[in-house]
Amino acid sequence: MEGLTLSDAEQKYYSDLFSYCDIESTKKVVVNGRVLELFRAAQLPNDVVLQIMELCGATRLGYFGRSQFYIALKLVAVAQSGFPLRVESINTVKDLPLPRFVASKNEQESRHAASYSSDSENQGSYSGVIPPPPGRGQVKKGSITHDTVQPRTSADAQEPASPVVSPQQSPPTSPHTWRKHSRHPSGGNSERPLAGSGPFWSPFGEAQSGSSAGDAVWSGHSPPPPQENWVSFADTPPTSTLLTMHPASVQDQTTVRTVASATTAIEIRRQSSSYDDPWKITDEQRQYYVNQFKTIQPDLNGFIPGSAAKEFFTKSKLPILELSHIWELSDFDKDGALTLDEFCAAFHLVVARKNGYDLPEKLPESLMPKLIDLEDSADVGDQPGEVGYSGSPAEAPPSKSPSMPSLNQTWPELNQSSEQWETFSERSSSSQTLTQFDSNIAPADPDTAIVHPVPIRMTPSKIHMQEMELKRTGSDHTNPTSPLLVKPSDLSEENKINSSVKFASGNTVDGYSSSDSFTSDPEQIGSNVTRQRSHSGTSPDNTAPPPPPPRPQPSHSRSSSLDMNRTFTATTGQQQAGVVAHPPAVPPRPQPSQAPGPAVHRPVDADGLMTHTSTSPQQIPEQPNFADFSQFEVFAASNVNEEQDDEAEKHPEVLPVEKASDPASSLRVAKTDSKTEEKTAASAPANVSKGTTPLAPPPKPVRRRLKSEDELRPEVDEHTQKMGVLAAVLASQPSIPRSIGKDKKAIQASIRRNKETNTVLARLNSELQQQLKDVLEERISLEVQLEQLRPFSHL
Amino acid sequence: EISAWGSLVARRERNLRQLYPTGTSKVYGYVTNSKVKFVMVVDSSNTALRDNEIRSMFRKLHNSYTDVMCNPFYTPGDRIQSRAFDNMVTSMMIQVC
Repeated sequence: MEGLTLSDAEQKYYSDLFSYCDIESTKKVVVNGRVLELFRAAQLPNDVVLQIMELCGATRLGYFGRSQFYIALKLVAVAQSGFPLRVESINTVKDLPLPRFVASKNEQESRHAASYSSDSENQGSYSGVIPPPPGRGQVKKGSITHDTVQPRTSADAQEPASPVVSPQQSPPTSPHTWRKHSRHPSGGNSERPLAGSGPFWSPFGEAQSGSSAGDAVWSGHSPPPPQENWVSFADTPPTSTLLTMHPASVQDQTTVRTVASATTAIEIRRQSSSYDDPWKITDEQRQYYVNQFKTIQPDLNGFIPGSAAKEFFTKSKLPILELSHIWELSDFDKDGALTLDEFCAAFHLVVARKNGYDLPEKLPESLMPKLIDLEDSADVGDQPGEVGYSGSPAEAPPSKSPSMPSLNQTWPELNQSSEQWETFSERSSSSQTLTQFDSNIAPADPDTAIVHPVPIRMTPSKIHMQEMELKRTGSDHTNPTSPLLVKPSDLSEENKINSSVKFASGNTVDGYSSSDSFTSDPEQIGSNVTRQRSHSGTSPDNTAPPPPPPRPQPSHSRSSSLDMNRTFTATTGQQQAGVVAHPPAVPPRPQPSQAPGPAVHRPVDADGLMTHTSTSPQQIPEQPNFADFSQFEVFAASNVNEEQDDEAEKHPEVLPVEKASDPASSLRVAKTDSKTEEKTAASAPANVSKGTTPLAPPPKPVRRRLKSEDELRPEVDEHTQKMGVLAAVLASQPSIPRSIGKDKKAIQASIRRNKETNTVLARLNSELQQQLKDVLEERISLEVQLEQLRPFSHL
Repeated sequence: EISAWGSLVARRERNLRQLYPTGTSKVYGYVTNSKVKFVMVVDSSNTALRDNEIRSMFRKLHNSYTDVMCNPFYTPGDRIQSRAFDNMVTSMMIQVC
């Protein structure tokens, strides 16, 4: 902008007018009624007035700074003189008469008063429109200089925008505004938006100040950059509530001015943005923001990392604390990076802060990225109500709607630009959901409980199954992490946060799920575990893996029964005739005579832990002692030839007894649901009924005792089953010795049977050893759990 | 108390532990995976806060803390001056008291 040279008379006149219009004595005139009055009094056609406003930069600024005002006045004079309105004409036209304002001051005052309110709205737009007035006039001491020039050009450039703005203003009070403009070219609008232009103002002011009395010189104006800034600001014709903006003092603008040009741009933005809906970002502003964003991050859909943003905003010379707060407000999804949306909001806030606006506590709606849930715009300092972005544009400037067609036009653009924010909002909302995910830690226990009863598939190799189940059940308790290690791989993408915690709860699941490992769907299990993990969260202790359900027992029993059947058929060929009929029941009893022998030792060793295991073994050893004799006697008594028959008979005899006495075993073996209670109950009556066989009671009570006290039911069952098998094998053997006296065939058969028994016993031994190990581990885990739970006892 | 922290950390849990119940107040501790520790002192006169409540409070604290950390203008070790953080803490205290 060229420097404005004013003659002495002009200077005086202009200053008077400015003072007149500068009702609020802010040294910058808002496009208030007075200015409008003044312009109207100039009796210039509206379009001329508008042009004048544009030229003087008021449009960009949104208000009339002193320089703008002076320029406007000069232009009025030019226009009135019939000279074409042009920037150059300000100075080129010599001997320009003073602008004539028909309306008297009084009139103007009255009109001002009348139009003040309406002007306020317009002023908003005006202030936004008025770009930093070219540094004209004396008042402004800011380093307007170049800024003024640029605003001017920018004003021209903004012509498309300013007309948009001015019409808004003009309808109601165009003359006034014009007048005001002319009057107070440099009058800073009391409104905030002007504050935005403050920085510009300052240059203008300086330019103006530079111009001595009589010689308003358009000092060198700020370089183009500020203009651009202005542009952006001006485009924020903060429509209505401009007035509410508290006046940004010229000094502020001046100080702002001193900031780097980049920051000035920011300031400008802030100022203009603060008008009307102080937090609305105009198109120009937004464009500016976007450009700045591009300098940091070429991809508009990308992010600006926190460090880069920090550097950028530190340039604004705001205190770190405020920058930190601005970041807090603008980083909506809390990801440490700024999207375009967030960046614009942050920039806007910085601008506003630079202009003296207080930072809001919450992000204003207009700055909020397009989110599904908009929070109510917070009151920012003196900021008037903010308008939500997503809010209907038409609603945005409710008060200005009639006079702000331009704003309405801008709204659609803003909304369109906000579309990209919708994606952000989705992100943020999703991130919110993610963050809230942890809080959804539902009790995983039910899941674990539910998972427990996972049926164990029966595989052909029953014994294998038994072993596997034993191991699994044992591992559930003992190695919470081991089974998890397998599963976690599937769930790595799941909540890692609670992974450790969930391990505990997941263990049980894994353990149980592993029991299904053969056929169960690992993914499902994994999902279960995952869910549990996410849920179990912080209280794995509470979800202490409950003891493995005695599920395996049924299978065990079944399998064992089958095994026993097999065993029986293998070993006790002849004898199995009767034995097979009662595989579960028979074997324990008769066989204990011999087989229990070796088995006894094992159970005895594991007595401490594998009490259950000792049941049958004990029974067997005890029984055999008696059974052997009795059976032997019986057998001896019976015909050797009728070995089988005798045995069969004996077996039936024994079997009933055994059955009675081994209700536990039978129950164990046969019943899938039967637990220790049943067995104990069964064993009790069995014991009672077994008065005949002394053997029965001892083993029975033992068995019962062992069974009841052990929670390792599956192991118990299995053990008993195994013992049953063993007993069956062993039972068959007693018959063998009896047949010693028989032919070699019998001997050979007995030898064979013994071998088979040996193998069975060996297998049983290994299984029992494994059980022992498992039980020990389980015990350890239980102790650990107890220890964990102990501290919580007093919580 | 150190042992309590140790147990908390060693177990790799972000669990809540009541560190040491004094006569008048209870002290709760919460450690994160990154060894950041939160300590909460609650007056005993307060209606016995359930474990879940304490845990949820710590969780909120943790979330707010991570938000503060995300701010590039915040240097770890500084006193937290985040308004959002303070608001959250205040609201939490109001809720309890």
